[in-house]
Amino acid sequence: MKKNMPKPVEGRHIQRIYKTLLRIRMVEERIAEIYPEQQMRCPVHLSIGQEGIAAGVCEALEMKDTVMSGHRAHAHYLAKGGDLKKMIAEIYGRETGCCLGRGGSMHLIDLQANFRGSTPIVGGTIPIAVGLAWAAKMKNEKQVSVIFLGEGTTEEGVFHESLNFAELHKLRVLFICEDNLYSVYTPLDERQPERSRTGIAKANGLYVDSGDGNKALEVYAKTQKALDYIRSDKGPAFLEFSTYRWREHCGPNYDNAIGYRTEEEFEMWKKKDPLVQLEKIGKFTEQYKTSLRSKLDTEISEAFEFAKQSSYPKKSDINPNLAYAS
Amino acid sequence: MPRKRIINGAAAIREAIDQSMKKDSSVFIVGEGVPDPKGVFGTTLGLRKKYTKNRVWDMPLSENAMTGTVIGAAISGMKPILVHQRLDFALLSLDQIINNAAKWFYMFGGQQSVPLVIRMIIGHGWGQGAQHSQNLQALFAHIPGLKVVMPSQPSDAKGLLIASIQDPNPVIFLEHRWIHNATGDVPKKLYATPLGKANITKKGSDITIISSSYMALEALRAAQLLESLNISAEVVDLRTISPLDEATIIRSIKKTGRLLVVDSAWTNGGIAGEIITRVVTKHMSLLKTMPARIGLPNLPTPSSPGLTKYYYPNIETIMRSVCDVLKKDSSPIKKILAEDPSLAAVSHDVPNASYMGPF
Repeated sequence: MKKNMPKPVEGRHIQRIYKTLLRIRMVEERIAEIYPEQQMRCPVHLSIGQEGIAAGVCEALEMKDTVMSGHRAHAHYLAKGGDLKKMIAEIYGRETGCCLGRGGSMHLIDLQANFRGSTPIVGGTIPIAVGLAWAAKMKNEKQVSVIFLGEGTTEEGVFHESLNFAELHKLRVLFICEDNLYSVYTPLDERQPERSRTGIAKANGLYVDSGDGNKALEVYAKTQKALDYIRSDKGPAFLEFSTYRWREHCGPNYDNAIGYRTEEEFEMWKKKDPLVQLEKIGKFTEQYKTSLRSKLDTEISEAFEFAKQSSYPKKSDINPNLAYAS
Repeated sequence: MPRKRIINGAAAIREAIDQSMKKDSSVFIVGEGVPDPKGVFGTTLGLRKKYTKNRVWDMPLSENAMTGTVIGAAISGMKPILVHQRLDFALLSLDQIINNAAKWFYMFGGQQSVPLVIRMIIGHGWGQGAQHSQNLQALFAHIPGLKVVMPSQPSDAKGLLIASIQDPNPVIFLEHRWIHNATGDVPKKLYATPLGKANITKKGSDITIISSSYMALEALRAAQLLESLNISAEVVDLRTISPLDEATIIRSIKKTGRLLVVDSAWTNGGIAGEIITRVVTKHMSLLKTMPARIGLPNLPTPSSPGLTKYYYPNIETIMRSVCDVLKKDSSPIKKILAEDPSLAAVSHDVPNASYMGPF
């Protein structure tokens, strides 16, 4: 085997990544399917088409590692082991949601899974994730802090400030940049010059790598290598993976017809479906796939049923004192 | 009676940090210049030597990211103190303060609090100008989830800072630069002065003067000088801007029936307006006369001492306003001030006669 070639991914990992990826896909397709019922009364940013990155990265993590994210966070939350029922209930605005119905789809958290929070201000959680790693260093803890961000986030000043500080103190931070080419409807060439974002991270001294985000096993292997580097306290790492969002920026629909991108571009990316690619590699039997889909379908139905059966939060939650811890 | 220990506000703040760090190993401090030879106007001197680099940090000029990192540290069980040598620099971090620190607790269902203190120092005088002297307590008090603390007396600067560090919420701790120079008796031991409780610094029966921070010191001097005009003014030092101690305010007005609010900020959309609104919308019948307020003209702070003398309210402005509210003759005020030796010696743009600049 050639030097620097990633080790072949073991079958059990392939299977687990596949399960994670399929589960995210099926959850989000269900959200899209019944969103028109008008019962999920908050914005939803679906990651259908992009799930390979979340599934690949999180498979390489340990339980103690933490994950934070932004507005498009369902995939990251689920891949890290966030509770499905609590996520759906949160989107339904119910008291059983992961934020007691105060957050909605854009604010997910599951402390037991070490998913430490997602928020919709672009770049907002990056320095907080760096702060988790900083505190870990002060307390001599060994977990890695992972922050998922989109390529648009690299246009924010706080991104650059955070790279600088993470490298300055060699913090255990893994920056995962998902490049899906668009910030809402604005293409890259309206926002960034022709230069790589890995170059920015490299200039800050970080370990950098990039790859095809629709190849979940490549994502997994590259994440593992980056984690080895981070865990040996050489410093933080920045990985960028290319991918494509299939549906509209926010909401359940396809929006190729509105004119900011072409149907051809969409079809080209759809051919690179991370799920289909993984199915080919995994050579799973039809029976396995059918039974897995059926199991997931039941789990997802139960989660939606749980959400719908749950109550809305009580009026007593509108109490100014609740803004403060005591 | 234990002997008095007179120290200034800066030393009191330094002592509060020192004792808090000694008591609780999760407390750490970070800010531009924290370990440098000047030590943030003396308030952080010697801390790095005592508590090492792992707890006393300098930082890159990245106010927003650094605010995010201390939030991250706070939700990891640490108790960070972030320092800005000027409040105006902290404006670069409003995203993290308002969107994250203030909301984290409620927004995520009360699962994680953010025990964080952000010290912001407010410049005054010596040509600080428009971007080194802003009193933005109203801006922060507007945000649910933040507490806003503004000490005046050195003993409060210490006790309130200790309480802020111990508080499980994000606290914006506003230090008017001139309270660093104010002196007073400060107990040596570690003690917390509760947040949300105002302090009556002078009792009186004719009028209630509500103030905070440096203006509370000015209000106190004004009230003392007004005694010679047979005016008995009660001075309420708010200490905490948010939450406001409404009970103490109302109790005092019940006694005096008259109200003057003296704020260090612009009047437009300010705390003085908030206090007066609370009083008149709920307790109008307590007032014998129309309430009044003093603040800055709604204009960026100029630099020239030729202009700042007209810009900043002072002891004389307060005394005149009190006379206006009480409908008393204010003509003797000039003479009273001219005869006070402590006032004659100090120019309006420095905190005391020994102050020589440059910042």
